Amino acid sequence: MNTDHNIKEKANSVAYQDSKVEARKRRSQAIAFSIFKLMSYSVVAILFLILGFIVVRGIGVISWDFLTKAPEEGMTKGGIFPAIVGTLCLVVGSSIFSFPIGIMSGIYMNEYATGNKVATFIRIMTNNLSGVPSVVFGLFGMALFVNTMKFGDSILAGSLTLGLLSLPLVIRTTEESLKAIENSYREGSLALGATKLQTIQKVVLPMAFPNIITGLILSIGRVSGETAPILFTVAAYFLPKLPTSIFNQVMALPYHLYVISTSGTDIEASRGIAYGTALVLIVIVLLVNLLANALRNYFSNKVKTN
Amino acid sequence: MLTIDAKNVDFYYSEFHALKNINFEVEKNKVVALIGPSGCGKSTFLRLLNRMNDLIDGTRMTGTVLVEGKDIYAPGVHVDELRKEIGMVFQKPNPFPKSIFENVAYGLRVNGIKDKTFIEERVIESIKSAALWDEVKDKLNKSAFALSGGQQQRLCIARALAISPKVVLMDEPASALDPISTSKIEDLIHELKKDYTIIIVTHNMQQASRVSDKTAYFYLGELVEYDQTVKIFTNPEKLSTQNYITGRFG
Repeated sequence: MNTDHNIKEKANSVAYQDSKVEARKRRSQAIAFSIFKLMSYSVVAILFLILGFIVVRGIGVISWDFLTKAPEEGMTKGGIFPAIVGTLCLVVGSSIFSFPIGIMSGIYMNEYATGNKVATFIRIMTNNLSGVPSVVFGLFGMALFVNTMKFGDSILAGSLTLGLLSLPLVIRTTEESLKAIENSYREGSLALGATKLQTIQKVVLPMAFPNIITGLILSIGRVSGETAPILFTVAAYFLPKLPTSIFNQVMALPYHLYVISTSGTDIEASRGIAYGTALVLIVIVLLVNLLANALRNYFSNKVKTN
Repeated sequence: MLTIDAKNVDFYYSEFHALKNINFEVEKNKVVALIGPSGCGKSTFLRLLNRMNDLIDGTRMTGTVLVEGKDIYAPGVHVDELRKEIGMVFQKPNPFPKSIFENVAYGLRVNGIKDKTFIEERVIESIKSAALWDEVKDKLNKSAFALSGGQQQRLCIARALAISPKVVLMDEPASALDPISTSKIEDLIHELKKDYTIIIVTHNMQQASRVSDKTAYFYLGELVEYDQTVKIFTNPEKLSTQNYITGRFG
């Protein structure tokens, strides 16, 4: 009885009376949260700083002509239309290559080869692949597609190289999206006599689709901004006409930006164009990201009702 | 002919011996309850009957399971065709992210049925059999996710019935539901008995005694006792059974 009483008293004094300890706890809590908050706000601030910088410097050169004309007078005047078209070609080309391979590999790894050694091996290799520097992809693309397979510097070679680069991302997001689907849905379908393939087609993929789409579109954002992989495989220094075949070279926005900022005919004179190009590139990537969000919302609403 | 006839069934999860020499028979149009403490093997056994355990890596099974005389583990048996004949209702309602109608039509569609009028008739019939019709008849094209948990579970039952299975397996079908939904499911089981053979796993002893004709008590991977439900709950042969049903352990 007596000891019980003592223990209770002690507990009370710890809980309610030792205000020094309490004050210190609250203070460190407050400090910690302020730091976390500051850090996360600074991320937003950095983004706005970059955007603002580019917008302020670049908005002046943006005009209809800038978007629809080829560079003129040693790339100090005119527009960037061929580079925009070139980047779009590369995005589409690399997607044609990486989406089917990536999605199917992701499905195989998550739905068919679960837990076996092959899948684990593929997963490790995929992770390693995503760690390869993009310039190495460029070099490899040049060796394999440009030289060995004799595609030359071409949209085809560039698209394949960019496709390789974005494959790990596509595989990863597909796999993660599928993993997020509860197993009970698969079991429910299989228990009705559906085959594994039917289950994947009719239940699992529609449910995973919004997230897969997001991954795909993020990979497009990545692809459209890459410079190193296209450097040796497709990008033209200056090519004021549009491509007519997949074996043509093209200009591309990131490389064009690099060229006019570092090795143009007159770097000072083309400074404005450089910022304009950067702005266009950033706007394209932002639009792509917005599109990703819109599509995800659209499909996740759609999937519930039919 | 027996609807289900399992002989000398042993089952392993890798090294773990989950079911030990189970012999188990079920007659047509009976409701059999499988009871026992968690981990006793009753769900594992239930999932053997439609080969759902095939989905788990590293499992191994010996012995034979006959469904209406056919060995379902014989080489050459296609699991998807087997599962058409043995419907299953899961612990957690798992409707597909489709409309109410499409949920029930799903089993028909994946089994290659294209006849629209047939599908429609069958869907309506199944929803009626699952005692859900009055609640959903005006919103068949609405998402199944908009239904309550109890309604979703009856939808899952309707879904299982649509493909006219011979046996319906239920794995704790009411454990995630409120008492009113639970009693609806139990009433439904009574109705379904006329047309189907039902095997139900349950943790709820009252439920087992209310819905089943026969009860099987599993403990540590063994089928300890299997008899008429009345007998199991009033005068069990084994002490272990008695201890379990009276709540002395479990």
